[in-house]
Amino acid sequence: MSEKIKVENIYKIFGQQPKKALQMLQDGLDKQTIHQRTGLTVGVQDASFSINAGEIFVVMGLSGSGKSTMVRMLNRLIAPTSGHIYVDGQDVATMGDADLLALRRQKMSMVFQSFALMPHLSVLDNAAFGLEMAGVDKKTRHERAMQALEQVGLEGYHNSRPKQLSGGMQQRVGLARGLTVNPEVLLMDEAFSALDPLIRTEMQDELLKLQSRAQRTIVFISHDLDEAMRIGDRIAIMEGGRVVQVGTPEEILQNPADDYVRAFFRGVDPTNILTAGDIARDSQVTLIRHQGEGPRAALQRLIRHDREYGYVLDADRRLKGIVSADSLKALIDAGGKDLSPAFLEEFGSVQACDSMQDILPELTTRPWPVPVLSADGKYLGVISKNQFLRTLQRNHVEEPALEAVGS
Amino acid sequence: MTRIFAFDERLIPLDDWVQNGVDWLVTNYRELFQVIKVPVEMTLEGLEWFFAILPPSLVMLLFALLAWRYAGRMVTLFTTLTLLLIGFLGLWDETMTTLAMVICSVLFCAVAGIPLGIAAGRSDRFQMLLRPFLDAMQTTPAFVYLIPVVMLFSIGTVSGVLATIVFALPPIIRLTSLGIRQVHPELVEAAVAFGATPWQVLRKVQFPLALPSVMAGLNQTIMMALSMVVIASLIGAGGLGGPVVQGLNTLEIGLATIGGLSIVLLAMVLDRITQGFGKR
Repeated sequence: MSEKIKVENIYKIFGQQPKKALQMLQDGLDKQTIHQRTGLTVGVQDASFSINAGEIFVVMGLSGSGKSTMVRMLNRLIAPTSGHIYVDGQDVATMGDADLLALRRQKMSMVFQSFALMPHLSVLDNAAFGLEMAGVDKKTRHERAMQALEQVGLEGYHNSRPKQLSGGMQQRVGLARGLTVNPEVLLMDEAFSALDPLIRTEMQDELLKLQSRAQRTIVFISHDLDEAMRIGDRIAIMEGGRVVQVGTPEEILQNPADDYVRAFFRGVDPTNILTAGDIARDSQVTLIRHQGEGPRAALQRLIRHDREYGYVLDADRRLKGIVSADSLKALIDAGGKDLSPAFLEEFGSVQACDSMQDILPELTTRPWPVPVLSADGKYLGVISKNQFLRTLQRNHVEEPALEAVGS
Repeated sequence: MTRIFAFDERLIPLDDWVQNGVDWLVTNYRELFQVIKVPVEMTLEGLEWFFAILPPSLVMLLFALLAWRYAGRMVTLFTTLTLLLIGFLGLWDETMTTLAMVICSVLFCAVAGIPLGIAAGRSDRFQMLLRPFLDAMQTTPAFVYLIPVVMLFSIGTVSGVLATIVFALPPIIRLTSLGIRQVHPELVEAAVAFGATPWQVLRKVQFPLALPSVMAGLNQTIMMALSMVVIASLIGAGGLGGPVVQGLNTLEIGLATIGGLSIVLLAMVLDRITQGFGKR
């Protein structure tokens, strides 16, 4: 995966003469001391990370952690005090005004928590706003805005005023405004935080759907762990202006960098967060290709690997069925050549994105490990009861320790 | 030492300084001020000519249409009745002169005031600098600056308009600035995020959203301009102030009353119509 944005040692200090605070930070003083002595506020300190092209990168933290400041430095709505931000190799922190305008107009757009729609413009003109700034003629920009409105499911509302729409619909307009310029990077500053939970989930799904159609680099700011887990390919956790950990949701969940990160995840039920795809294992089951392989060869492989069940895939790794040693033996006795009569009925499968909680019923009713399929039906691996229990155990290691202290 | 606080002696002869300063301006730069007068003079004459040449019925129709478009049925009726009454009171010509004066001064107030208001709205420093001047313009008794106006620009309707501009300028500056400041910072931020230049931010976001406030400022400026009509008459400006001043001088209460009544009614008409501007 190629690197789209690279943030290098970024500092932001608010107030007059920020260099003073920069020096004090280098001398090892903390934010509070600096604020008391100089009145300067350290917004972000020494942030470094990189964002890959086409991923959803969530920056998570509590309010005051500097995450909103961080995202605003990516398009220089806030100028960094020191450090570099490379977007496709170009340094946003030092680029000239013309380059900066081009970046904002063509490469990067933004969706805001408060929607920030222009109340004096129609939905259509709001969606076309970025193109209007870029000087695109009315006909073209309206056409493209209409397409963006369609993408977010707002066809027919183009003549309304933003205030006539519900919150969720207003944010769809905000999203359409971001999409109209067809940006490579979409910055979303707590974009769904102002919406009520049901609508929020709906918008997250909408975003994932859009992302599956056109892979954009999305930088998503959130204070909501569930949201970060749900949509983030990778997550950066910020605390007090510092980036304390960057990783995939599972990495962070299973291996929190410090107590702050751990505190974030305390009370989080792993069965809600880990998905079938996260815990599926590919190694432990024999795979049997459909073509050419008869029941005898299949049985032979099951016995050699000491397995009870075999998962039959076609050339595209699509799951065709599950066979057992017993069903294969019966087929051989009957003299069959093709494997399909040996398939067990209703083998049951789960999707990679299902949470552990969702797959529990499937897991308990089947004697064999449950196969996990990707969204397009490809076989990813299986989950056995053992695997499931081991995952639960690993995530609860700390709980007994706490109890022991209590007693 | 205590002698200083007895205040029986004038230690700061500010009055002499001002006197000498203005005298110096008049002797050396009177020509310059006469030139400054020219654009106002030309605009005013154009407007006066326009209202004089237009038959009263057409003026009434014009006002009725404006009222209909911007303020609704009741105001249209009120406007028509007011203009009819003024005509029957025999003050039509004076009213047209006043109208020309008001429109002329408001025009110059808008041309100068809106850009100044925008600048003040976007810069705290400029706002701070401007404020004492605005306070002075609004509170200095008009009679005080009528004297230098007359000395520099001589008497007449044009001088009256100049004095009116000074007095009526502050509200449009203040309310334009307020309107710009009231635009949500998030909207400005969003515009900038989408690549708007400072000029685009002003033209596409700040000014359109400040427009209702600007219109309220325009309305206040019109009202202040009308309130100067009588005072301007003291330095020889024509219009509805004339009958009032004449009535005052000759103790003709009837004459002063119809002049005053016409001013009030005209003010109400202009107020109701221009209030509608901002709502559109």
